[in-house]
Amino acid sequence: MDLTFSAEERAFERQVRDFIAANLTGEMKRATALTPSVFSDPDIGMAWQRALHRQGWGAPGWPVEHGGPPWTPAQRWIFEAESARAGVPNVNVMGVKMVGPVIIGFGSQEQKDFYLPRILSGEDYWCQGYSEPGSGSDLASLKTRAVRDGDDYIINGTKIWTTHAHHANRMFALVRTNESERQQDGISFILIDMKSPGITTRPILTIGGDHEVNQVFFDDVRVPIANRVGEEGKGWTYGKYLLEFERGAGIASAKLREALRSISDLAESELTGRAIDDPDIAMKMSEIEVDIDALEMTELRVLSALQTGQNPGAVSSVLKLRNSEIRQAVTRLGAEVIGHDALAVEPTRPFYRLNHKPAIPEEMLTVMPEYLNGRAYTIFGGSSEIQREIIAKLMLGL
Amino acid sequence: MDLTLSDEQRLLRESAERFVIENFTADHRRKMGNDPLGYRPEIWKQFAELGWLALPIGEEYGGLGGGAIETSLLMEAFGRGLVSEPYLSTVVIGAALVERCGTEAQKQEMLREISEGRLTLAFAHSERAARFDLAHVGTTAREMPDGWRLDGAKIAVIDGGSASQFIVSARLAGNNGGAGNLCLFLVPPGAGGLTLQDYSRLGGGRGCHLELRDVRLPADALLGDDSADKLPAIEAVVDRAMAALGSEAVGIMQTLLDATLEYTKIRKQFGRPLAANQVIKHRLADMAMQTDEARSMALRASLTVDAEPLARSRAASAAKAKIGKCARFVAEQSVQLHGGMGVTEELDIGAYFKRLVAFDTLFGGSAYHYRRHAALRGRVQA
Repeated sequence: MDLTFSAEERAFERQVRDFIAANLTGEMKRATALTPSVFSDPDIGMAWQRALHRQGWGAPGWPVEHGGPPWTPAQRWIFEAESARAGVPNVNVMGVKMVGPVIIGFGSQEQKDFYLPRILSGEDYWCQGYSEPGSGSDLASLKTRAVRDGDDYIINGTKIWTTHAHHANRMFALVRTNESERQQDGISFILIDMKSPGITTRPILTIGGDHEVNQVFFDDVRVPIANRVGEEGKGWTYGKYLLEFERGAGIASAKLREALRSISDLAESELTGRAIDDPDIAMKMSEIEVDIDALEMTELRVLSALQTGQNPGAVSSVLKLRNSEIRQAVTRLGAEVIGHDALAVEPTRPFYRLNHKPAIPEEMLTVMPEYLNGRAYTIFGGSSEIQREIIAKLMLGL
Repeated sequence: MDLTLSDEQRLLRESAERFVIENFTADHRRKMGNDPLGYRPEIWKQFAELGWLALPIGEEYGGLGGGAIETSLLMEAFGRGLVSEPYLSTVVIGAALVERCGTEAQKQEMLREISEGRLTLAFAHSERAARFDLAHVGTTAREMPDGWRLDGAKIAVIDGGSASQFIVSARLAGNNGGAGNLCLFLVPPGAGGLTLQDYSRLGGGRGCHLELRDVRLPADALLGDDSADKLPAIEAVVDRAMAALGSEAVGIMQTLLDATLEYTKIRKQFGRPLAANQVIKHRLADMAMQTDEARSMALRASLTVDAEPLARSRAASAAKAKIGKCARFVAEQSVQLHGGMGVTEELDIGAYFKRLVAFDTLFGGSAYHYRRHAALRGRVQA
């Protein structure tokens, strides 16, 4: 056993660092640091995606024949860790990490040829149509219907919590194509052009003051049957496959470490009256850091299992759960560290293009919104309660 | 980066697990509870024959040159059976102190004797006033014309009652009474002026207190041939011991989790198994998760034992703190989910529970090690 990386891997690490140094502009870095929502806005995020694509690194995890880089799991780890360390933009994952793998796994040749290059280049911007007002954790109860009419489906219904629907030109959605006995069986996976007539988008502001999610309405929206991925009625299987990508393949510890580092910097600064001198805060800092150590080690164990071709099992739920809980602990500590400055609300977005001087130092702007918005971490992508169900079922046989 | 076991390591794990299952039954444990030695010398002999006593000892001293991972595999298996043989005190701590601090002659002699099962050691270091601070030693050593004189008192000497030799830490007393370097001395149990109060240790095995009153030792009782400060070596060895103990704790936690899972599937109340209730299911999921986190931390500490001291100590304290916290949770929930039976001596659960409590206490509990971690990060005063 060995925790260290090989000489080749170290060389790759330098290559990643050099790439980032040459391509990450000061503006991108500042915008990322000053974005309190999960994903960067498209102008920042897609600029980074284009840079990655030029380098051939636009789709880590994809097979090489579809444009993925020929990386080992260890290289993937190094890439993600270095990216987090450098503070690169948080590219919306709906394209590369979510719909991409489903199209690769289950899409037709035409779909692969059309969509995959556009995901890689950032030409298409995707959103995910899964949850509905009546279907949160019980996703399979979804009611948005797709009824066949000639070569089209006609879609009626509504989707909610749709991240960046207001930016996206495409949506992948789970829709009901059949009222079957078992509700999972009547669901299909479909690709929708967001410019189709009959689609309207309503913004939803989250408690941190950000507009990241939306509700999307479908009124007699026509979508070609050719836009269905895979078989009719098999959408649930494809969607679940994707949820595993959303939860697992997880390299979250490096980002958590950076988030904790920025809170630690604040705590050691005169801006917070050196909050770190409060031994309770110092202890909490260590407690969270140790939790990140444990998560990182679990991620490395998964990585090592993947490298030797083993299946890591139900651990993606463990990674998702711990990542979300630790993320919340970091943001909770952050809100504690800034003390009275937690009271100042800055409603204008984005923080990196304010035309006025905010009431609190720039370094603190995202702290409270991140804590508030961060409550969603244990809810989206399958709530913590759902993850515990999965762990009980898959790891414990219950 | 490779975290998979080699074939030899896999073999070691399997044979250790098999040995533990065959020899460390509940019946054996009950007998050992009242045993004055706390373990069976026949089994210790088998440990020697299996090569386990020579495992981490350097090849130049007749050992097998194994690393912290090999030790961790054994310790995890030991945890599964609540093994009470003096492996930690003799091999993980004792042999390591001799190997780091001893003279060539001491190493040649003692390490061979350990490998062959002829020498058991106990590390007498902790003192009442020190709590868990390794640097705090009030026991004194005075250089005399014909050797050494030791005075002081030690507590929590693991496996002390059965040890063939103690390794006692003491501060060299200067003429002006100033505190000198920390040194280690080999003290035979029969030394004049040494009183030993043996006790049955929480969670299995024995422990003792030592009182040293004008204990006279020959010049060669000093471990090593100079009086250089041994604190760095003690810290390195204790960090290593905490990593090993972490693996033992993981074995204990896994056993408790398995037993509790089994029990909640079978035990019926209100006409259905306990585990059919979501509140129980989620508790079990948390127990599984915390056991897995503990496993990650133990592995991380083992893989870091040879790193530079700051990184090593940080990883050891991180592991001790986190595993301690997870261990308490798993232990207490195992008792809780076994209901009334969980608090009786009729089930094994209580024995495993107590061993985890002992683990969390040894070398300092979670709160102490989170604080040490914060101090090593420069966040709080040590």
